[in-house]
Amino acid sequence: MGPLVPDLISNNLNFIVALVIGVLFGAILEQAGFSTSKKLVGLFYGYDFTVLRVFFTAGIVAMIGIMGLAHYGLIDMNLVYINPTFLWSAIIGGLIMGLGFVVGGFCPGTSVCAAAIGKIDAIIFIGGAFLGVLIFAEGYPIFEPLYKSSNLGSPTFFNMLGMSQNIFAFIMVAFALGGFWIASIVENKVNGIVKPPIRLTPYYIGIASIGLILAISAFIFPDKKVSLNELVSDNSFVEKYDIDTISVDELAFRLMDERDNKLQIIDFRNEKDYGKFSLPKSTLFTIDNLYEKEPNKLLTVKHKLNVFIAKDQIEARKMAIIANELGYKRIKVLSGGLQAFVDKILNFAEIENPKTIDEEYTNRFRTKAKSLLPVLIQNNKPKGPVKKELKRVIGGC
Amino acid sequence: MEETKYMNPYLAGVLLGLLLLATIYITGRGLGASGAIKSYAVTTVETIAPSHAESAKFYKEYKNEHTGSPLMNWLVFEVTGVLIGAFLSGLISNRLDFKLEKGPRTTTRIRIIGALVGGALWGIGSQLGRGCTSGAALSGLAVMSFGGIITMFAIFAGAYGFAYFFRKFWI
Repeated sequence: MGPLVPDLISNNLNFIVALVIGVLFGAILEQAGFSTSKKLVGLFYGYDFTVLRVFFTAGIVAMIGIMGLAHYGLIDMNLVYINPTFLWSAIIGGLIMGLGFVVGGFCPGTSVCAAAIGKIDAIIFIGGAFLGVLIFAEGYPIFEPLYKSSNLGSPTFFNMLGMSQNIFAFIMVAFALGGFWIASIVENKVNGIVKPPIRLTPYYIGIASIGLILAISAFIFPDKKVSLNELVSDNSFVEKYDIDTISVDELAFRLMDERDNKLQIIDFRNEKDYGKFSLPKSTLFTIDNLYEKEPNKLLTVKHKLNVFIAKDQIEARKMAIIANELGYKRIKVLSGGLQAFVDKILNFAEIENPKTIDEEYTNRFRTKAKSLLPVLIQNNKPKGPVKKELKRVIGGC
Repeated sequence: MEETKYMNPYLAGVLLGLLLLATIYITGRGLGASGAIKSYAVTTVETIAPSHAESAKFYKEYKNEHTGSPLMNWLVFEVTGVLIGAFLSGLISNRLDFKLEKGPRTTTRIRIIGALVGGALWGIGSQLGRGCTSGAALSGLAVMSFGGIITMFAIFAGAYGFAYFFRKFWI
């Protein structure tokens, strides 16, 4: 599960990765023509919309790609850097940068790119940016109130607007495609080209179909969390869903068996209840843990049997269904739920005058379990909630 | 030898998008640029005026947020890569040349002042916006960050809004 740093790729190797990514970044920008100020500002005077096309194509491709990765559980979005929002600082900073764009002809990334191929104006621009940072640093007491005001945390745009991720993504794709179309019309007008901006050639048909695929993709990658929560909100569905169960006696037996190292109990009750009473070999979990990278490791340990318990049986089944849908293996729920375990084992009342051999055995086993298990429970140290050791990556500029 | 033509913008966009996607998948963060300039600025002040760097609030806050040398920074490595990548690309496409580009109706002097002032505006703006076109706008769009997308629209709005007043610089 991504991000690969710092597990698969160490923080030091990450610097090499940064270098390689930078080389590709620089090469793509240069090949696209971002190394000349005349082409860059063309966007604002209508004679060259290359920047708009490259920028928005890249933005929507990456956006849809991330939705896809998150949908298939390949990336833990809780660990990915989401730019924080300081509303007024973002707006005023953006306007200043916009002014800087038409005055200076570059933005920082493109200036580095242009400087690399010898553009003197770009080298001067970088010097200016360097001075700008110093001005900000030295004038920090003046900028600070604005810089730190209106902190909204790190919300996503669709959450802010209260719409679904899919609709927002679709709107962005449609916005980009519409932008490309209008840009082509304006560009031709400004440059005095009479040919229609979009013609029925394989080239335009190709672009339009890729755009259409992206627009549709906005809907085929729903937010997994939202869709799974919806799936388990139907109680009759939850009850019909086929999940393996484990009987209270088997659980009691395996809890008492010291050699059994395969059993692990995943407890979804709240922290308070868990603190009061927790079974041996159990770990406290939350529903969010199921989607996270760190807790994820616990559920994927080989050959372990994961028994899900929760405040009631239906809740445990819901969690098990979500885990099952997420592709986790060897998940079982406790038959009758935790309450049954408490009633039938821990508070076992002996069957009087056992008639069959089965009842005889039940009496014998449960009486033994009733005396042994409380000791194990007493000695058990509660584990969890699974701590997020991994912190969100610090990104941005 | 003639300069080679630029790449098709949509193709370049798809490649850039895939690169950004890979970057986020591997590192958990997006692309950036202005942060590297900031790292160099902080390093310069720490070297030239260490006592000032220890007392002024901006540098203290920077030190709190970043451990180690400011130059051992992801973006510094990435931007070094950009320099190399762009240079190689320019070499292959025969675009290496020392020249100062300016609009047809402007003077060299104005272009130099414009580049310097424009750069400075970016220096200030990218601090307030917590990132520039790459770090805030593009990477912010990819993760659908509210702040990133607001900054993106503000950059475009600012540029279009002020474009008219500086048209003599370019056309």
